Amino acid sequence: MGNDLVVPAIVAVTLLTFGIGFYGLRLARTTSDFLVASRVVSPTWNAAAIGGEYLSAASFLGVAGLILKYGVDVLWYPVGFAAGYLALLLFVAAPLRRSGAFTLPDFCELRLGSRRLRTLATVFVIFIGWLYLVPQLQGAGLTLATLAGSPYPVGALVVAVVVTANVALGGMRAITFVQAFQYWLKLTALAVPAIFLALQWQADGRPAVTPPEGPTFRTATTVVVEHRAVLTLPDGQSREVRPGDELTFAAGEPVPEVSGVVTGVTDWLLPSTAGADDRGLFATYSLILATFLGTMGLPHVLVRFYTNPDGASARRTTLGVLALVGVFYLLPTIYGVLGRIYTPQLLVSGQTDAVVVLLPEAALGAGTTGRLLAALVAAGAFAAFLSTASGLLTSVAGVISTDVLGRGSVHGFRLATVIAGGVPLVLALNVVGLDVSQVVGLAFAVAASSFCPLLVLGIWWRGLTDAGAAAGILVGGGAAVMAVLLTVLGPPLTGWPATLTAQPAAWTVPLAFTVMVAVSLATRRRAPADVGRTMLRLHAPDSLRL
Amino acid sequence: MVAEDPVPAPRRPDPSRAAGERHAPEPMTRVAAEQRPGESARTRVVLAEVSRRKHRAGGTRTELTQQTRVGEALIHGLVRAQLALALQLSAVVMVGLGGLPWLFAVAPSVGRMTVLGVNLPWLLLGVLSFPFLVAVGWTYVRLAERNEQDFTDLVQRPER
Repeated sequence: MGNDLVVPAIVAVTLLTFGIGFYGLRLARTTSDFLVASRVVSPTWNAAAIGGEYLSAASFLGVAGLILKYGVDVLWYPVGFAAGYLALLLFVAAPLRRSGAFTLPDFCELRLGSRRLRTLATVFVIFIGWLYLVPQLQGAGLTLATLAGSPYPVGALVVAVVVTANVALGGMRAITFVQAFQYWLKLTALAVPAIFLALQWQADGRPAVTPPEGPTFRTATTVVVEHRAVLTLPDGQSREVRPGDELTFAAGEPVPEVSGVVTGVTDWLLPSTAGADDRGLFATYSLILATFLGTMGLPHVLVRFYTNPDGASARRTTLGVLALVGVFYLLPTIYGVLGRIYTPQLLVSGQTDAVVVLLPEAALGAGTTGRLLAALVAAGAFAAFLSTASGLLTSVAGVISTDVLGRGSVHGFRLATVIAGGVPLVLALNVVGLDVSQVVGLAFAVAASSFCPLLVLGIWWRGLTDAGAAAGILVGGGAAVMAVLLTVLGPPLTGWPATLTAQPAAWTVPLAFTVMVAVSLATRRRAPADVGRTMLRLHAPDSLRL
Repeated sequence: MVAEDPVPAPRRPDPSRAAGERHAPEPMTRVAAEQRPGESARTRVVLAEVSRRKHRAGGTRTELTQQTRVGEALIHGLVRAQLALALQLSAVVMVGLGGLPWLFAVAPSVGRMTVLGVNLPWLLLGVLSFPFLVAVGWTYVRLAERNEQDFTDLVQRPER
């Protein structure tokens, strides 16, 4: 396999990213330009840039893959990814911008005046940033391996090097232009092929997405298994398959039932129902909580808000992001649904994350149109890896340069970028087999259980103390981190323990809030004396210029 | 103002005594000397009046920046109004979106309904949830800006 247009498309995206980056570098003349874009980015540009930065491998590839695999229940991922911006808008956007905090550790120090809390926040920012960077690099490796047949490490290495160089050389100003460009590229790369796919589906006589006999192979297919699973064949026999096994299916043959994948028609089409098992409902609400509340705690999202000139424009920017992201998330569903018809082999091989990049050629054939569209999708996927990784790297590097290296210079920032990019690359090359969306979901859960309570209580409640904030982050965030480590590295779990660790937000978020409030009330005397002035600064309208 | 003051800075705390010492022998000049400190005192009174007038014009603003009880109460009111707005709109989302998993769970027949050949859950989550979120966000921005405008009007309202 191999599409000769994919590599040129990816090279073009990379060069454009570099090109716009250097164009921006020519405009960046001062340290302020370099680090925070001098705060002169207009809401429109900023909204596109935030959208571009936010739509990661998980959104571009992962959501469609999950829909293909699990059906309607995982539609909560895109809904939650978008709704996170609404929570950000309602509770955080304008006051946070007015606070003048550039990073989450800055906010801790501004609001609570505690250096130790700042250090704790720094540790969490770096953890979340790296947890989020690894799947981006993995997605790059997977895409390049699937489409161009290159070894897995190549894609990860390319993205890591390009992004590190671009962030280190271009800084924030350049990144704003790059990100804004990449939002529109990502939207186009999913929207145009989606139109062709819908037309092809019409031309094929609208094959049923959920035929009563279950999904079938349209053409003779050979599947190379990527993940260990148990298949249940139509005649009732079950068979265990391992990575590397090759299975051949004739055209029209039904897709075998795969353990861990929802192949049954009703389970895929209909929401999980109450009754025998409440775990599905718990997992759904946990996911809702993590994604709705996690977005505001992601380090690369907050840095962006500093580039708004004032609180009111931060609000308008957030609304713009919500709209742009909402438009984008209409598209992955189409890929996930059509994937049931055109790429059912992914259900067997386990590589559902590849559905977006494989679907154009699978549906339209390997003619010029199919290959061109596949190349376009690959370019969009690469834009997703590059932009999210850039944003994460900028914020992690910013935190490392100011809080770990203790230097605010351009040189210090460059050194920090190399450190911040190197660690996740090593992790991505060594930890293979993590599910892109699952890891991103866990990063959201950690952010929702640590920084969400800190921001919401810090902005709206005078009674928050440094001791309370630290205790809440340590207990809630720590519990979420433990759940992440158990899920990723621990032994396979079943039943309730598996649900509680795979989707921890529903218990870790309330825990974090409770501990933060309780300890703050117990240490009331530690509340900062200047809380009145801080509140004034956070909430007074910009037009008063107090 | 300091530059215009003829008395050297270190002696300024007590200008009348300094002038008295210097001009004690001549009564005539003492009158003049006594007038001079009076003059500088008058200058200060004028300045104080000017600054008092400024205070009066931006009284509420000063209450805010000086963290007086009135200022605290004012900003407290704004924070409460904005928080109440945010909580009300999140309640709308909690019911509108957050209620769906529960609804589908307790009433599976709702999940099986189809509209234009598409199952209702797919339509609600995959399509309609996004315009719903944007509409809530748009409402929030409008109302939050109105709250802030009300606050600004209150602070900048002329006192008389």
